[in-house]
This record gives sequence, C-alpha cells and structure tokens, in this order.
Amino acid sequence: MLSAIAGLLLVMLVAPLLPGVAGRTKAILTGRRGPPLLQLYYDLARLFRKGVVYSTTTTWMFRLAPVVLAVSALLAACLIPLDGHAAIVGFAGDVIVFTYLLALGRFVLVLASLDTGSSFEGMGASREVTFASFTEVAFFFALIALSLATDSLSFAGMLGAPLVTAWPSAAPSIVMAAATLFVVLLAETSRVPFDDPATHLELTMIHEVMVLDHGGPDLALILYASALKLTLFASIVISVVVPRGMLNPFLALAVLAAGLLAVGIAIGIVESVMARLRLTRVPQVLVAAGALAAFGVILLLR
Amino acid sequence: MQRLVELVLLLIVLTNFMVLGTSRLSTCIRAIAFQGLLLGLLPPLLHRSLAVYTVALALSAIAVKAIILPRFLQWAIREASVRREIEPRIGFVASLLLGAVAVAVAFGTAQQLPLPDRGGSLAVAVSLATVICGLIVLTSRARALTQVVGYLMLENGVYLFGLTQAARVPFLVELGMLLDVFVGVFIMGIVVFHINREFDSLSDTDLTELSER
Amino acid sequence: MILPALILLPFLGALGAYVHRQAAYRTAWLVIIAVLHTALVGETWVARPDPILGGWIAVDALGLLVLTTVSGLFLVTAIYTVGYLRREDPRGGRAFVSCLLAFLGSASLVSLSHHLGSLWVGMESTTLSVAPLVFHRHDRRSLEAVWKYLVISSVAIALALLGMFFLATAQFSPVDTGRSLVLEDLLDHAPHLNPAWLKAAAVFLLVGFGTKLGLAPMHTWKPDTYGEAPSLVSGLMAGALVSCAFLGIARMVQVTLAAALGDFVRPLLIGFGLVSLAVAAAFLLGQRDVKRLLAYSSVEHVGLLVLGLGLSGVGAYGAVLHVINNAAAKGFMFLAVGNVVLALGTSIAGELRGLVRTLPVSGTLLLIGLLALTGSPPFGSFLSMFIILRAAVDGHPWVAATTALLLAISFVGMAAMILEMTHGAGAADERGQQPGTKAPIRESAWLIAGPVALAAVTLLLGVYLPASLQQALSEAAVSLGGVVP
Repeated sequence: MLSAIAGLLLVMLVAPLLPGVAGRTKAILTGRRGPPLLQLYYDLARLFRKGVVYSTTTTWMFRLAPVVLAVSALLAACLIPLDGHAAIVGFAGDVIVFTYLLALGRFVLVLASLDTGSSFEGMGASREVTFASFTEVAFFFALIALSLATDSLSFAGMLGAPLVTAWPSAAPSIVMAAATLFVVLLAETSRVPFDDPATHLELTMIHEVMVLDHGGPDLALILYASALKLTLFASIVISVVVPRGMLNPFLALAVLAAGLLAVGIAIGIVESVMARLRLTRVPQVLVAAGALAAFGVILLLR
Repeated sequence: MQRLVELVLLLIVLTNFMVLGTSRLSTCIRAIAFQGLLLGLLPPLLHRSLAVYTVALALSAIAVKAIILPRFLQWAIREASVRREIEPRIGFVASLLLGAVAVAVAFGTAQQLPLPDRGGSLAVAVSLATVICGLIVLTSRARALTQVVGYLMLENGVYLFGLTQAARVPFLVELGMLLDVFVGVFIMGIVVFHINREFDSLSDTDLTELSER
Repeated sequence: MILPALILLPFLGALGAYVHRQAAYRTAWLVIIAVLHTALVGETWVARPDPILGGWIAVDALGLLVLTTVSGLFLVTAIYTVGYLRREDPRGGRAFVSCLLAFLGSASLVSLSHHLGSLWVGMESTTLSVAPLVFHRHDRRSLEAVWKYLVISSVAIALALLGMFFLATAQFSPVDTGRSLVLEDLLDHAPHLNPAWLKAAAVFLLVGFGTKLGLAPMHTWKPDTYGEAPSLVSGLMAGALVSCAFLGIARMVQVTLAAALGDFVRPLLIGFGLVSLAVAAAFLLGQRDVKRLLAYSSVEHVGLLVLGLGLSGVGAYGAVLHVINNAAAKGFMFLAVGNVVLALGTSIAGELRGLVRTLPVSGTLLLIGLLALTGSPPFGSFLSMFIILRAAVDGHPWVAATTALLLAISFVGMAAMILEMTHGAGAADERGQQPGTKAPIRESAWLIAGPVALAAVTLLLGVYLPASLQQALSEAAVSLGGVVP
C-alpha cells in the first residue's frame, strides 16, 4: 500500500515533466535549444496565481469542467498498479472504469467548449470526439488482448505478476498490444502525428482549440490533467513492455521513473521524424492500430 | 525455431495490413517485397534443413518475389509517374476493417480444419488470410498497378499454403509456380505500362469501352 | 521419346521462331512444327507410349482426345496464319509466332499431365502465352480486353492452385495414399481421401478452371477477349484453350467420383451448366458484333460440356464428343469471321450484308457454322448435343426441358444475326450501290483451306465415327463415370 501511494505521488509529481522531456528531445533533434525542462511547472505556478475571466455566454458547465477533468484523471491514476503489484483501488473490471473516467473528463471538456458558443471550439470538440471513438476501440482491443493473455480482468493482473508469466507464451500478442497502446497514447494525448501541441493555427488544432477560452487556474487544471493523462498512458505502456511484477515494489517504481523518461524521449523522436497526418488520414491510422490489436486478440483465441 | 516461424508468419499478416491501409503505391510495393522476403525465409525454417532443395527454393523465391518483381513494379510506377492510389471503391478504413475480419475468419476456419499436423495450423491460417486480403485489394482498388500487387499477395498466400504441404508438393512444381508468377506479373506490368501510355491515368475505371450496350 | 517430344517440340519451336528475322521463314517454321506435332499425335494413336517421369506424363483416352483436338485445330490455325500474316503483319510479328507455339506446348503439357501440379503449370502457361496474342493490335480496346483477361484468368488460376493444394492436403490420412497429386495414385486411393478437403478442392478447382472455361457467371472476360483478339486467336481459344480447361475440370470430376462424392459435385456441374446456357441465351439475342456473338455461343457450349459431365451416364460420353465437335465448329467459324474482317474490315453485323455473294466461300462457311454450332443434323454437334439431352431426359426431365428451351432461344439469336449477314440485303451505301451486289472478292487459298477442312471434319463426325475414336470416347466416358450409349 505504501509503495502504491508512493507511486501515485511519483506520477503526480513528474507528470508536468513528461511534456517537457518530449519537447526538449524534439528541440535537440531539430537543432534548437527549446524551453527549459521544467517549463510546464513554471506555467502552472503562474496560472494558479492568476485570476479568471468568464465569458458572459458561458454557464456553470464551463466552470465545472476543469475540476471534473482533473479529478477524473486523478481517480484514474489511483486505478493503475504503478508499483507493478497493486493499485490503490483495484477490482475486476477496473479497466472499464479507467476508460470511462477518462471519457468522462473528455465529455465535460467537450461540453465546456461547446458552452462557449465559439465555432472554432465546436469544430475542435467535433474532431476530438470523432477520433476518440476510434481510439477507444483500439484501446479496448489492446486491453482485451492483455486480458486474454493474463486471464484476468483487472489492471493488477494485466500489468502485474500474471503478465510476467504470460510474456513467454503470448509474446507476439503482447507486443502488438503494446504497439497499439503507444499509438493510443499519441492520439489520446494530442501528440504528433495526430495533433500538434505547438501549432498556432486554430483551424488545424484539435485539443488546443477546445481550451482557448479557459484561463488562469482553470487552464492550469486542464494542462495538468492532460499531462497526467499522458503519464498514465505512458505508465501502462511501460508496464506492458517491462513487466515488473517480480520486482521489489520500490525498485519497480525506479524502473517506472526511468521508463517515463524513455517514453518522453520516444515521443520527442516520433514528433521530430513524423509530420502531422492529414485529418482524413487519422481514422485510417487509428483503425490500423485497432486492427493490429485485434489481430493480437485473434492469435490468443486460437 | 518454432518461435521464429511464428514471428515470420505474423509479420506476413502485418504486411497484409500495410498493403490494405496505405495509399502510397511505393509503400505498397515495399510491403509486398518484404512479404516476398519473409516467404523466402520460410522453407529452411519450416523444414529445419539446409538441403540444396530448400535453399534453392528459398533463394529463387527471394529473387523473384522480393527483388525482381518489386523492382519491376517500381520501374513501372516511375515510368507512369503515379504515386498514390486514388480513393478506392472501398475506402482504406473499410478495407482495413475487412482485412481484420478476413484474418479472424481465416484463423477461425483454420481451427476447424482437419489438418495433418496441428503445428501447421498457424501457417494455413496466415495463408488463407493472405489470399482473402489479396482478393480484397484486387477487387477494391482502382489503379491497375495496385491490382497487380493484390494479385501478388493472392499468389503469396497460395504459395504459403503450398509450403505447408511442401513435403507433398514436388520441387519442380514449386519452381514452375514461381516461373509462372514471374512471367504473369511481367506481362501484367507491360500491359499496365501500355495502359498508362494510352489512357494516361492508369486507372481501370477508364477501362469501360467494352461492355454490353 | 514421343511424349517429351510432344511437349518440348513446340517450346523449342517457339525459341526457333524468335531467332529468324524474316517473316516467311517464321511462318514456314510454324507450319512445319504444327505438322510434326500432329504427326506425333497420330503416332500416339497407333501405339500408346509408356508413361515417363514416374507417371507424371502419360497418355490416357481423355488426354489423348484433348491433345488430338488441340493439335488438329492448331495445324489448321497454323496454315491460316500463313495467309493472315501475309495480309496483316501484326506488330511484334516475331512474338506472334513464338506465342502461338508456346501455347501449343503448354496445351500439350496440360493434356499429357497426370500430375495435377504440372497440369496447373501448363494451364497457367496457356493463359500467359495467349495474352500477348490478344494484345497484338496494341490499341485501347485490345488493351482493355487483355487486361480483363489477364487479371480474371490469373486470379482464377491462382484459386485453382489453392484447390490443388487442398487436394494434396486431402491425401493426408493414416492410410498410405500414394504419391501426392499423381492422378493414378489419387484414383487408386480415393476412398481414403479426406472428404472435407476434397470438397473444398472440388469447389476451388471448379471455380478456377471454370473461369478459364468461361462458365457463367465467370464468363465476363470472354466476349471482350474473343471480340478484340485476332480471329484466329479467338478460334484457338474457343477451341483449344476451352478443351484444356475442360480437361482440368474432368480430372477433378474423376477424383471426386472415385471418392464417392458424386452427389456433391454433380449438382454443382449441372447448376453451372444451366446458368451458362441461360446467360448465353439471354446475351445471344440482340448482339451487334459477330465475334462477341460467337463468344456467347462459346459460353453456351461450355455450359453444355459441364452439363454433360454433371448428368453423367451417357452425358459424359456426349461431353467428351462435344469437346471435339465444339473445337472444330468454333475453329472454322472464327476463321471464317476472320476472313470477313480481313476483307471488309469490320465484325459489326449491321455493316455486313449479303456475304454469300461478296465472299462466297467464307459466307457459305458462316452458314454451315451456324448449323453446326446450333446442333442441327447432320453435323457432329447434333450427335453430341443429342446424347447430352438424352442423358438429361433419363434422370432429370426438368433439366432436359430447360436445356432444350435455352438451346432453341440461342438458335434464334444466332440465326437472326448470321442469316442477316449472309443473305440480307442492306441499305445502299453512299455511292448508291447495294452492298450485296458488289463483285465477289477473291479469297486466298491459305485462308480458306483450313476452315473448309474443319467444316468437313464436323460434317464427317456427324455421319461416321471411326472405330478407334469410338473406342477412345468410350474409354474416356467410362473414366468419367459414364456409360457408352
């Protein structure tokens, strides 16, 4: 239990670092210096000190959304066995709760952006929901593959000790699930090639355009929640690729920290070698990722 | 060794998905060349021998399926200066989904089949999946060149099925098959080249002059 | 030594024809090889050679009949080619003769293969060697035709190969089933074959070779290809290629019958046969191009072939006999149309009138061909179609009634066009001259000798079957589970 709480504190603490690592990697690979690693921490600190301005067209939904988003992300974090053994809360079917907690966050954010009445934000919301409907399928197929491989329905089994024993016999399916999860990670957290967090043109944005009207602590909560979401998906990918069920819980946390750094660098590399996909091609890639995981499932059903 | 065979077979399925999901012709051709290479690696792995017969089969398959034909097709698209598939009759997303269904069906069927040895079940499943994916590409794509790639995929699937029966199907026949595929694709390539010269678009949606009126 | 010579001679000839530059030498070479090949086939009739290559290549009655049909039709076509190449030198003339000879070699391989793998290799080679011939005009329409032909046939033949492998898998059983895919061993051990795999193999082989045969609904390439190819190539395809594809299906039928799966495969054959007859009857009405008309007539006749196989009993005998009659009749009909196209430059029926006066020999041949193709007495096809119908009457009266009706419709469709072409008086052309009143065009002996000979053969087969032929036919029919009428 202690290690689980330590794990939760770890991801809460390092979450804002991950986008920084990705950004720095990308900057170095493209020959620039880039912002400091801790930039997101500075931004959050600054935003929390600011006041908020609300448009007169918005309602209570707009104010509620950032809080719900951040809380749902935190609750989701409690469901993942970060130390490789057990989560703070774990039960059969917690994977579904995890998915729907994240979906709830997305749902309120979409409602809040529609609440502003701005056509740009409406467009972003529409894209976000469209792509989410593809990523969720891919994510579920990857989870089904893991669940079949480990013969369990909870994160504790799928990412814990049973996974270690499943690896030798179900390696191909697990690798395919991991690859799908990485694609889902990029899509869910609005990274290149699905979305470009650095873009300045509203027409090409997906996630960023939805939060244009948020400011101050609200924006800080949204930024923090999306960084946390990135860290959570990264933790899942790491847990699948490097099963830590046999390690000492605290050693496992150290591995997790190293893994998060590696994922951050990997995202940076992907962002610097790939261009953003045309919007029409995004579903194609997501379906391909889903098909990959589905193939993993088929292999396990044999 | 068994793990290696499985890995190669799984990669073959992934190349199928690649062909189904891409709109870039050169990616298509590269995928099919890689598939040819994988098929070439299979005979020595499946039979666990480096006899002259298996090595000769492997080398000729690699030469034909992974080197000569893909290079020839690359030449054809360069001459015809086409790069992309135009939006096909069945979209890329739909054909990917169809491909996934095809793989599921193929694996399900292979389970039911009374097979000589259980170990061959994966190879049979992959071969059926490749045949169906080849048919999907053949029927859904509009560019003549992509159809040739679909035909190659179909042939690869059939060839793979033949490999599972390799002890029963003689060497001479397998070489004959390779030769036929080689000549067949060569002639198709030449026709594709002429289609391009005549119609300057290399799409068989233009090939509608002959029909019942 | 005869068996390897039958296969290798044409292939060596194909290489030889490519070497020489001068057209006259090439055509002479073509005729010499064709004559030699026919002579060798005659020799196999006298004494059947022993199997070679451990039974891979062997002669049986069915294969010999198909080989004879192919070789005879090829000889006629070769002689016709001499006249054709004098009148119209296709681009890539060297390839033309080479591809013809390669086709002969591949067809011989198909006829003589008792290993189904090598039969497949031969079958695929026939597709490939014919493709450049179809494409010889190098224009848009022939391009489209050859593309359709290549893609559809190649896919079909790939599916047939899959069927072949299924057959090899069916041979797996605890009991020894002999060498894989060797016909004799398959037949000897048929009861031990796995029925599930065998059924799958039968379906795939039927669809694969059925497409090559041109059974509806896989016939769509046929009108386009026959319509655009040079007439002599169309004739060779409708006669020789069809016979080879029939042999492929017949081999499958032999194995399935031996494995007591007749009840599975016969309804399939009857179904494909009836659908082909129906489609052909529907499209024979209202055609405009005489070559496309003949293509649909070919669909009708391949329908009859598989119908005969499926009906079994005397039907099998009728089907084998019909292979010969169909090849002869289609052969000279296409060659006669080829003469019309050479002389008048079109095969659109609406522009052709009064051919018996303009082209006396070819016009008369068209008329004879109409009678032969529609199964009128006293031509050979009357006999074979009658036998097939009788087989239907015995066991399946409804099939018999449907077939008779569809044949009658086909007759109307064909007669309407061909009689108009041969005897009709068309509208005057712009110079105010009746097309029918033109002076007769002189026809080259090279171009009419072959068709006339073939017409004589169909007539002869209708009134007299030589004893050796009867014996071979009976033997073939029995091997296909039939009886002798």
